[in-house]
Amino acid sequence: MKNLGIYAARLTPPVEGFAPGHRACIGCGEALAVRLACKAAGENIIIANATGCMEVVSSQLPASAWRIPWIHTLFENTAAVASGVEAALKAMTRKGKIADRGTKVIAMAGDGGTSDIGLQALSGALERYHDFLYICFDNEAYMNTGIQRSSATPFGASTTTSPAGKKSIGQKTWKKNMPAIAVAHNIPYVATASPSYPFDMMDKVKKGLAVNGPAYVHILSVCPTGWRSTPDLSVRLGRLAVETGVFPLYEVEDGKYKLSMDVSPLRPLKDYMSIQGRFRHLSEGMVKKIEDRVRKDYEQLKERCA
Amino acid sequence: MGKKVGMEVSLAIAEAAKMADTDVVAAYPITPQTHIVERLAELVANGELDAEYIPVESEHSAMSACLGSVATGARTFTATAGQGLELMHEVLYVAASMRLPVIMVVANRALSSPLNVWGDQSDLMAVRDTGWIQLICENGQEAYDTTLYAFRIGEDKRVLLPVMVHVDGFYLTHVIEPIEIPEQEKVNKFLPPFKYPLPLDPDKPVSMGAFAPPILYSETKKAQEVNLRASLPVIREVWDEFEKVFGRKYKAVESYRTEGAKTLLLTLGSFGETAMAAVDKLRDEGQAVGLLKLRLWRPFPFEDLRKAVGDAELLIVIDRALSYGGPGGPAFSEIRSALYSEKKRPRILGFVGGLGGRDLMVAEFEGMVKRAQEMRPKGAEEEFEMYGVRE
Repeated sequence: MKNLGIYAARLTPPVEGFAPGHRACIGCGEALAVRLACKAAGENIIIANATGCMEVVSSQLPASAWRIPWIHTLFENTAAVASGVEAALKAMTRKGKIADRGTKVIAMAGDGGTSDIGLQALSGALERYHDFLYICFDNEAYMNTGIQRSSATPFGASTTTSPAGKKSIGQKTWKKNMPAIAVAHNIPYVATASPSYPFDMMDKVKKGLAVNGPAYVHILSVCPTGWRSTPDLSVRLGRLAVETGVFPLYEVEDGKYKLSMDVSPLRPLKDYMSIQGRFRHLSEGMVKKIEDRVRKDYEQLKERCA
Repeated sequence: MGKKVGMEVSLAIAEAAKMADTDVVAAYPITPQTHIVERLAELVANGELDAEYIPVESEHSAMSACLGSVATGARTFTATAGQGLELMHEVLYVAASMRLPVIMVVANRALSSPLNVWGDQSDLMAVRDTGWIQLICENGQEAYDTTLYAFRIGEDKRVLLPVMVHVDGFYLTHVIEPIEIPEQEKVNKFLPPFKYPLPLDPDKPVSMGAFAPPILYSETKKAQEVNLRASLPVIREVWDEFEKVFGRKYKAVESYRTEGAKTLLLTLGSFGETAMAAVDKLRDEGQAVGLLKLRLWRPFPFEDLRKAVGDAELLIVIDRALSYGGPGGPAFSEIRSALYSEKKRPRILGFVGGLGGRDLMVAEFEGMVKRAQEMRPKGAEEEFEMYGVRE
């Protein structure tokens, strides 16, 4: 085993920045990911959160699940808000207005808030090289508003705005490669992660916070509500996404790709798709077509990591 | 006494933000605001202002970065114009609702389409309901002073609201005027350091921007409304304090030669300077005409307006913005509404003019007075006209 950290059990820090009592659905992979990310980040952080599931489930007035400083303003601007927080910390520390405590900034958003409506603000913040970590919690559609397709929805998935029907196979486009877009900004750290591999994910959050400059971590967050899967399968689905090659785990440090774990030979894609209602309508032939593409992409990634 | 120097108004505005020891500037360039932010970038580059300048990729992000910055406790400044202000629109509401005192200069500009980079106040009126304090400047000195005291108003613990300082694009931003720049010690005496009561701080975690269900939303809006109205006495207090330190007196409604005036013109912004010349001329001709200049747009100064209107018989409101298909220019419509319940009120007529950088000269202000005296409207929709438009 090349990367022991992925498998070896360790204790997670007891600190809970994202406290229990929030209103996420049963089996929400995203809430699990946020909780683990907060554990990894510790208490000396400030979070800027985009509008979306995590904001809504965590902050209904007069309650809050956040035990760390947290700000939500709008949907598409979280990277810009984080820019402002980072710049303010920098300026005020330099001018002696606040003590230098090395406080870190995290911006977090869903796949819609990242790869669609928030892409411009994210690109701007990465390019300006703010010292912050951006985490995309990707559940592959606009789940908060009722499962509408985003540019991160996988090919063939049926959503409320890409419904499968007599003349449609569901989502007709391939998932936007957000990590590659982040890499194209020449930032020091980009990674993909999954809460189904908690220690690997937490290490990546820590690494992203430790680098000097912007970091981007893309976390696949299983959504039983939107994926039409049973809540008890969320952790399993996260693992299957990795094992089938749908969502490979890798890092890109200073432009250099590194596979976090090589899962080849890949499991058959149907192992992953058959337990999700959103792919239920796909024919065997269509699943095969998608599998071919997944395998091609995986091989390309492996070449990049070589 | 500070020294009076010939200075482009945009540079004076940047100077005010510098002398306020701004910590963060987040801005996106747009004509006619550019000279303000270029100068600020230069001041930061030269080390004359110790601040972080965030060259954001859009105005939406400019205002969003300002939210993050103020929430962290930093004194924060930005500037924009026209389309830029419109792109910020939804973010403006958030700044006010979350009580984040961003200070912003707006170089007022027409709105597309057709594309027009020149001055009018369509942008100012379009953001009327965002919950900001809106101050309107008439000349360069006012632009410097207002930028400076906007920090004091917005950051006051009793206020904690964002403040927009309106300067007419080109008419003010690009002209060179004699402006008195005070000594830094005086500014320091007038403007205390910014202390945001509950900033984002890991030692004292707060959640900002929670969402409100119907059972709470109305209460948050009522609180905001009460808060904005309650800023008026604080604004007056800051004006008094400003006069004590710098010797210049500001009021919500400025009166010019209104003694015994039967007809009053009312303007917002740089129109005031031209209108004064027109009033002088009409007075010389023996006409009892005076001028009111509205400096405070939000919170609306009802009491000051009533007092200033006094016993006038005809009030002519001149708007530099249009409310399509509505009851006249926005200022006209609001002023008519503000005076509606008065037992004795003047006849109120409105003109919309000077859109998209169209000059209105002294003769045109005289013309509007003449036209208003002739107008015999049959209904509310005839109580205003667009002035100086070719048919």
